[in-house]
Amino acid sequence: MSTSTEILAPAAPVAPTAASVAAPLPSGATLEDDGALRIEPRGLHDVVRTLRDEHGFDYLANMTCVDWRAEDRIEAVYHLASSRGGSPLTLKVDTERSNPIIPSLTGLYPGADFQEREAYDMFGVRFAGHPNLRRILMWEGFAGYPLRKDWREAYYEEDQKPFGSRWPDGDFFFGEDKLSDWGSNVKLPQGYGATDLEERSRIARDDMTLIEADQLKRGPDIGSERLIVNMGPQHPSTHGVFQMRLVLDGETIVDLEPVMGYMHRNHEKIGERNLWLGNMPFTDRLDYIAQLGNEWGYAMCVEKMMNLEVPERAEHIRVILAELNRIQSHFWSIGFLLNDIGAFFTPSLYCIEERELVLDLFEMTTGSRLMCNYMRFGGVAYDLPDEFVPLARTLVFDRLEGAIDEIEAYLTGNEIVAERMKGIGVLPPELAIAFSTSGPVLRASGVPYDIRTADPYGIYDRFEWNVATAVEGDVYARYIVRVAEMRESMLIVRQALDALPEGDILGGRKAWQVRVPEGDYYSRIENPRGELGYYCVSDGKANPYRYHVRSPCFVNLTALAEMCKGHKIADVVAILGSIDIVLGEVDR
Amino acid sequence: MAFGSGVIRGMGITLRHFVDTFVVGYKEQPAAAGDLPAPTAVRAGMPIKTGGMQTIQYPEEKLPVPERFRYLPFLLYEEEPDGDREAFDGIRCTACGICAKVCPPQCIWIVQGKGEDGRPRPVSTEFYIDASICMSCGFCAEYCPFDAIKMDHEFELSSYERHESWVYDLQELLHPVAYHAAIHPTDYARELEDAKVKAEAERKKAEAQAERAKSALAEGQDLDELKRQKLEARQKFIDERNRKKAEAQTDSGAGPETPSSDDAAAEND
Repeated sequence: MSTSTEILAPAAPVAPTAASVAAPLPSGATLEDDGALRIEPRGLHDVVRTLRDEHGFDYLANMTCVDWRAEDRIEAVYHLASSRGGSPLTLKVDTERSNPIIPSLTGLYPGADFQEREAYDMFGVRFAGHPNLRRILMWEGFAGYPLRKDWREAYYEEDQKPFGSRWPDGDFFFGEDKLSDWGSNVKLPQGYGATDLEERSRIARDDMTLIEADQLKRGPDIGSERLIVNMGPQHPSTHGVFQMRLVLDGETIVDLEPVMGYMHRNHEKIGERNLWLGNMPFTDRLDYIAQLGNEWGYAMCVEKMMNLEVPERAEHIRVILAELNRIQSHFWSIGFLLNDIGAFFTPSLYCIEERELVLDLFEMTTGSRLMCNYMRFGGVAYDLPDEFVPLARTLVFDRLEGAIDEIEAYLTGNEIVAERMKGIGVLPPELAIAFSTSGPVLRASGVPYDIRTADPYGIYDRFEWNVATAVEGDVYARYIVRVAEMRESMLIVRQALDALPEGDILGGRKAWQVRVPEGDYYSRIENPRGELGYYCVSDGKANPYRYHVRSPCFVNLTALAEMCKGHKIADVVAILGSIDIVLGEVDR
Repeated sequence: MAFGSGVIRGMGITLRHFVDTFVVGYKEQPAAAGDLPAPTAVRAGMPIKTGGMQTIQYPEEKLPVPERFRYLPFLLYEEEPDGDREAFDGIRCTACGICAKVCPPQCIWIVQGKGEDGRPRPVSTEFYIDASICMSCGFCAEYCPFDAIKMDHEFELSSYERHESWVYDLQELLHPVAYHAAIHPTDYARELEDAKVKAEAERKKAEAQAERAKSALAEGQDLDELKRQKLEARQKFIDERNRKKAEAQTDSGAGPETPSSDDAAAEND
């Protein structure tokens, strides 16, 4: 089996930087003080093409918008990175708030597809040249753009927390009783009448325009018509409420469109209402299988903006918990991938058994198995309990290796597993980069891109470990990469436990309100599912002005259609399982 | 290897798990609910060899939760209050409002007590927590400067009605300090240690002041002069504080009234 797996050394750091780009500045761009390039919408394509082809920025890490309502403009923000590593380059494009149009980058980076659709959905920015510019998280026909500053949700109370009615004259009320003013609080689209059935079905029809009528023409080889199948949203293989619209020719997939947003709760708007600290427990609810990684990413973003130092002990605790987190997350994902391809629950239960041991460690340290809420700006909330280190040592030194060996002996050589996974959902490396995939999906395609080595954060540069990659780019390769990554994580935890110093766990003063200087920052970490990014903008006040989550699952789904085309309908389940989505993070 | 050998090896592993469940797993399983040690000891301390599947027969058996486990917040009162909390029936909460402000889903409502003269008193007369909104993050307990609110271990709270019965008022929330000491022994020990350190520091401060006064008088300084100096220092402190407050207000713009937890605590002390 190991012939198909290569453990490659981290990519040589020959990455481009903002400074190297600045020397001969692409025309139409101006360099700002913080290293961001500001570009006129008209020149965006040329500048980005230059950056991609001549400077090596071949990976679109993140794309989002910021609504500057007072200045009557919407700012699109792009973060370009290189698959060879290095920190990302920020591009900013301004457009009018009343008529926002920006050229689409889908032609240059197919990975911009869903991210631009999200920006269109949330801010109303139209991306000229986008092939399928429709709402993605909200439904077609939804009125308003939820992340604009003047949009108010149902049961709206105040723009920012803490709400005035709580103290010192706390007047308790049920939200439903006092604020269910649906007449003014909820806006319905123009012409939307609750009884107007025809209008409603028109809206529903518009939502289905992806699949053109001529796609359903009789296929040449089989004497049958093409068929649309709505797989999900209630389907055990979709790992939550997620729908795939399949166009089938017999059993072969001709086209696929992911439909998401069933669990959309406007996480980012909630984040902009919260205090800076108040977002911490909400990040747990994004990817609830990788809770501590989520918290670390957010804490890191705010720490960078505040220039906070993290003490040594806290850095070690973070690495230990984040890598244990990766191990339990990969156990879960392998178990459920096997569930998806029909090995009903026996392998998953063996995996879950190990995962529970890790969760026990989380519970005794943080107080909760899943919703940990443990990281703080500048460190962690509490020190490790006394029993943690001996138990963690038993786990990573004595037990986990045997458990991973057993999973490998159980599954890796199993002929049925190989039959179901080999050669399925192949994603070539150049497409994997172009689609902005990250995490095991990208590395299984032979790209040794791991943010822990490509753009190191925390104290990862101190440990001896390798980036696990495989070359085939199929479902089986992703499984192999996950198993290899668990072993590497185990090595990191061992080293971090050996090196764990005594000392402080929190840099700076423990405070519930922090003062974040004006500015913006994009932090990214390697979560079990890929690049998790947080883009925060501060206007110096008590709440974030903009809080954006770059979700690895959401962006990885951009490549789903590409992976599935030509395969059978049963393989879709395996391919989706190998991307390992968590809907809490896809829908946000 | 012959085709199918991988499948057969896998079946062997499944069989071993099955047998281990009876040979290893059941042997280790504690007999009754009362015998269960902390879950971490049961699970993470399990033998290195995978020991088959075990099931805890909930609700007949229950795993104890670790000390830091958090579910819903509760308030503390001292059964035999001494010192400054005596006037407030031993309720530790001073209605400083930090928990209500830091609460991410805003599920805490507090009414600050008022004296006959209308001035705020450091006690809460009403305190509501809407458990159906609470996200169990534990911020209220973590940032309370008075150790007045803690997170409970009780997690079986289902009810037939999901409005009134999930809104806890002051009487439902109040628990004696002894309960807190029983479920959070380490945290309670830390609290006692903190109190001891604080008392020691205060005692030393008082001693030093007495010493200073004694020596000053011994040196023959005028008592009126000392009083004047003290008043001056106090006026200076007040001016400084007002200036800082004004600055903070202009800085934070629309931000909340209290710029930091320290100030809020000080106002209500």
